[in-house]
Amino acid sequence: MKDFKRVPVPTLERLDQYPLGSSCKSFHITDMNAGWRVFKPVIDKDKCVACYRCYLVCPDGAIHQSEDGKFEIDYDYCKGCGICANECKVKVIEMVKEAK
Amino acid sequence: MSRNAFLNGNEAVAYGVKLSRPNVVAAYPITPQTKAVEKISSFVQNGELDCEYMHVESEHSAMACSIGASSVGARTFTATSSQGLLYMAECLPYASGARLPIVMMNANRSLATPWNIYGDQMDTMFLLNSGWVQIFVEDAQEALDVTIQSFKLAEDVRVMAPVMVNLDGFVLTHTYEKVSIPSQEAVDQYLPPFKPSAHMMNDEEPMSMCITAGNQHNMEFKIKQHQELFNALHVFEEIDHSFNEKFGRSYGGVLEGYQNEDADYLLVTTGSVTGTARVVVDELRSKGVKAGIIKLRVVRPFPKEAMVRSVAGAKAIGIIDKNISFGYEGTIYTNVNSALLQRGLNLITLNFIGGIGGRDITKQNIEEMFEKLSTVSTSEAVDAVSYYNVRCSL
Repeated sequence: MKDFKRVPVPTLERLDQYPLGSSCKSFHITDMNAGWRVFKPVIDKDKCVACYRCYLVCPDGAIHQSEDGKFEIDYDYCKGCGICANECKVKVIEMVKEAK
Repeated sequence: MSRNAFLNGNEAVAYGVKLSRPNVVAAYPITPQTKAVEKISSFVQNGELDCEYMHVESEHSAMACSIGASSVGARTFTATSSQGLLYMAECLPYASGARLPIVMMNANRSLATPWNIYGDQMDTMFLLNSGWVQIFVEDAQEALDVTIQSFKLAEDVRVMAPVMVNLDGFVLTHTYEKVSIPSQEAVDQYLPPFKPSAHMMNDEEPMSMCITAGNQHNMEFKIKQHQELFNALHVFEEIDHSFNEKFGRSYGGVLEGYQNEDADYLLVTTGSVTGTARVVVDELRSKGVKAGIIKLRVVRPFPKEAMVRSVAGAKAIGIIDKNISFGYEGTIYTNVNSALLQRGLNLITLNFIGGIGGRDITKQNIEEMFEKLSTVSTSEAVDAVSYYNVRCSL
């Protein structure tokens, strides 16, 4: 699979900087979630093989590859659905209960 | 070469779809639309149309499948009517919000209850706020031509919105007329294959589809969608022009004025009732009455400027509504009045409601409407809303 480079996030100061329709690259539209997440996914970066599976299955585009080649999660946007952990083939994403 | 055929409105749409070469059709049959999807499925079965025909278990699924197909850049068509349209209503803003150029035929039919399969326009008025372009056609030829045009309109980069083509149930879907079917070669030249837009899904550039945007960003998405939907008005005018150059048929763009230039009394019509009104106007003109018609073709986006320009010289305007917005008035009446008032046109407008549940709007009814327009004056208090061809006293 090709190496998906993270693209710069638009500034969203004008309407024409917003995406066409409701499709966009991961990390483009980031709202702070309302704190409803019960479990948060945590990637074991040492064991991650960078297969892109979590990046592709995340329904909200909250996972992306960072500069060091490892994958990171935008915890502001992540809803804690757990799809990434369920789908991870090497089982290195753990769902950790949020501290109250 | 084009050829002539004797077709009903449903079949005319089916031929328009075949000529437009969709990649996917997902539809569920419902009276009075059934013949259209039957015809398309037979085109697929006998190899005349190379297309994935998806058999779905409901209208909600038909639209969900259409959204999926269009999301990966497939040219997609579906068709429905009445309760079916309302059943898929939940999916309609998904399609428009995701800016997917799906084309749908809707056979205008009344809503339950009381249950009824005949035509009126209550169904589509329900969905005026769905973000879909809504076009009404008068006859089978226009239905075929507008089906082809709708793909061009929906897929235009300036529009990128789903389009609903409305045909009056039975009066148009089930009546036959001579229709010119363009050649495949000519339509291929006019409507090339759809080149998927960058916002659609592909393997090379993965994206999140139908994302969440909370209160920090949601409103901007909606305003962008709203502002860009207005582009459909001038793009549809361009398409009417280019279609005329290619096929020799023009329908006037977003609306068509008929004898409206010097008219004192105008009727605003949508769909098939326009044909009856044309006959009445011709007869009134021969008697010296300056009657005319504004055939409203595009109801969303609403062609405010064109409407104001077209009616500016009239003394009184009647708006025919084949729908009732319960507790207020006919929906198109509200829309026309808003346009006129915003441009300072303080004209007499009356609302003529008819055709509900398949009731005929007769020549005599339309004569009565023009009679009422010519006798109304600003000094008398009149009830702006009246009903035609009613069988008991109200």
